[in-house]
Amino acid sequence: MWEYTDLVQEHFLHPRNVGEIENPSGVGDVGSLACGDALKLTLKVDEQDIITDAKFKTFGCASAIASSSALTEMIIGRHVDEAAKITNQDIADFLGGLPKEKMHCSVMGREALEAAIADFRGTVLPTAEGEIVCECFGVTDLEIIRAIKESNLRSVEEITNFTKAGGGCGKCEEKLRNLLQVTAGEAMEIKAVNIKPQRMTALQKIKKIEEVLEREIKPGLRKDGGDIELIDVDGDFVMVSLRGACTSCAKSQTTLKQHVEKKLRELVLDTLIVEDANS
Amino acid sequence: MNLQAETVIYMDNNATTRIAPEVLEAMMPFLTDYYGNPSSMYNFGGQVGREVAKARAGVAALLGAEPEEITFTSCGTESDSTAILSALQSFPDKRHIVTTRVEHPAIKTLCDNLDARTGHKHRVTRLKVSSDGSLDLDEYKAALADDTAIVSVMWANNETGVIFPVEEMAAIAKKRGILFHTDAVQAVGKIPINLKKLDVNFLSMSGHKLHAPKGVGVLYVRRGTPFVPFMAGGHQEKGRRGGTENVASIVGLGRACEMALEKMEEENTRVRALRDKLENGLLKTVSRSMLNGNKANRLPNTANISFEFVEGEAILLHLNRYNICASSGSACTSGSLEPSHVLRAMGVPFTAAHGSIRFSLSIYNTEQEVDFVLEKIPAIISSLRQMSPFWNE
Repeated sequence: MWEYTDLVQEHFLHPRNVGEIENPSGVGDVGSLACGDALKLTLKVDEQDIITDAKFKTFGCASAIASSSALTEMIIGRHVDEAAKITNQDIADFLGGLPKEKMHCSVMGREALEAAIADFRGTVLPTAEGEIVCECFGVTDLEIIRAIKESNLRSVEEITNFTKAGGGCGKCEEKLRNLLQVTAGEAMEIKAVNIKPQRMTALQKIKKIEEVLEREIKPGLRKDGGDIELIDVDGDFVMVSLRGACTSCAKSQTTLKQHVEKKLRELVLDTLIVEDANS
Repeated sequence: MNLQAETVIYMDNNATTRIAPEVLEAMMPFLTDYYGNPSSMYNFGGQVGREVAKARAGVAALLGAEPEEITFTSCGTESDSTAILSALQSFPDKRHIVTTRVEHPAIKTLCDNLDARTGHKHRVTRLKVSSDGSLDLDEYKAALADDTAIVSVMWANNETGVIFPVEEMAAIAKKRGILFHTDAVQAVGKIPINLKKLDVNFLSMSGHKLHAPKGVGVLYVRRGTPFVPFMAGGHQEKGRRGGTENVASIVGLGRACEMALEKMEEENTRVRALRDKLENGLLKTVSRSMLNGNKANRLPNTANISFEFVEGEAILLHLNRYNICASSGSACTSGSLEPSHVLRAMGVPFTAAHGSIRFSLSIYNTEQEVDFVLEKIPAIISSLRQMSPFWNE
């Protein structure tokens, strides 16, 4: 069961401003039946660009309905320019927070608002352009990049929570990881991760492992007076021997698994298993 | 915790069931005074061992099996994993598994994890289902190969209640010399089962689906079936499953199986009638609602109904206000973003899959409860539809 705040429940059970405005000044229609949630927002805007009325119709779960209801409450009486500044986090905050898996509901609210304002102003939304990354939910790269930046997303899982991208067949996971790294300004590291060959000869594998040990692992260990030596590579098993201060260190097994194995999996082959040759 | 069981209308018995008072009563001595280890040499432990043996006989009687074919496990999932992995280890050269697209995650995820597509060494054939959730036996026959190690087909589907032709399918597998496993977690206790007459090698069941406690399951292993343990350890369960017996729960499960035999007729008459009343009432009073799954060939307690253009989680939370418990195949309830894999395999349109609700009854449900649900649902659906951008009256 989801842990919804009292405010989410209140707005779900007693939603405000349900319906559709006749002859609206702007309409925002986002989501779809296939995606499992959809929101149609209609606005009435006066000559001074004040939103005098807003109504919604939503297909979706409790948090989608509550987010829509909250959104209408937040924008009625506001100037369009001011309303345009509302972020999905503002909607979530208004409701006292949303479960992280449901953040995409607040994103849907913000998207509907943007679409409605763009419709009112007669402009085209930049996100409507972009290139589809997640085919299951029709999410574009521009939308994803924006979510990563705005909400400071740090993992593919978080991207899915906020935008739904990657929540279907999962085929776009690699692309999402790329977007994440590029957007988070880690473009340098991606190359090292992505150019990992699918099949390597045993020799290539050993060379690669040695390289990574030399470049990524040893400097850190040496700082603490320790060292590591590659003993053997047998299939996926990488036998290493810890030297110096590492031999007497109680954390050496953790170092092997958490640090050495993790790095090797990341940079060489994700099936590698690191073992201590001395144990 | 402030919700009393008495105030709840519980219609989610395919998720779990209440422990029958008789079952709890049978268990209590083993949670208090009789704590001996059934393997011990002294009488204080030995007497407990005799109660475990009695429970084993009770389970065997419900399944039409021999007591020595019954192995106690911790849950249905453990039983499923044990059966599949045992077959694969018994025949290391056979690398093919046949299953269906609508299995419970206990089998589905296990097969996904074994699949060559995830970098592992097995081929997995997942049989399709038709729009009413039924299998095609011709497709099944064609799927069996010389290197098929095991077939795993659920006896009844947990979401729709649709019953699969296990008897026929097991016989076909046997002819080809292929082991047959069935996840019968939803079927046991609801429909008669007689394994003596079937060619089933492995059957999984779970205690908490038939009024025994959570944390106890059974794997039936037909005599003569090659077997490799999943949980290595002591000599318990004749070396088939290590780990000290969960005595109280095993005794409870034995009692629950005895009761299931006694109540089998009630399940298939009174409970079926309640389910039919609920189902027919909803389909009649709510427009654009439809039944998911084959109407005739189904468990007597399950009704899976889609209410078009509304979303399942929203329905469940409205039902929750009246303390009505049910479940949904909608995406939002599961934490995943896509609706139930069962309904998608059946080709249920998105307009309906997101709004599917499963009601699963038990002998503890009453006609008043069914009437209450019938009274509340139409207004809930109608209020949500008023809010839905896809609804045009």
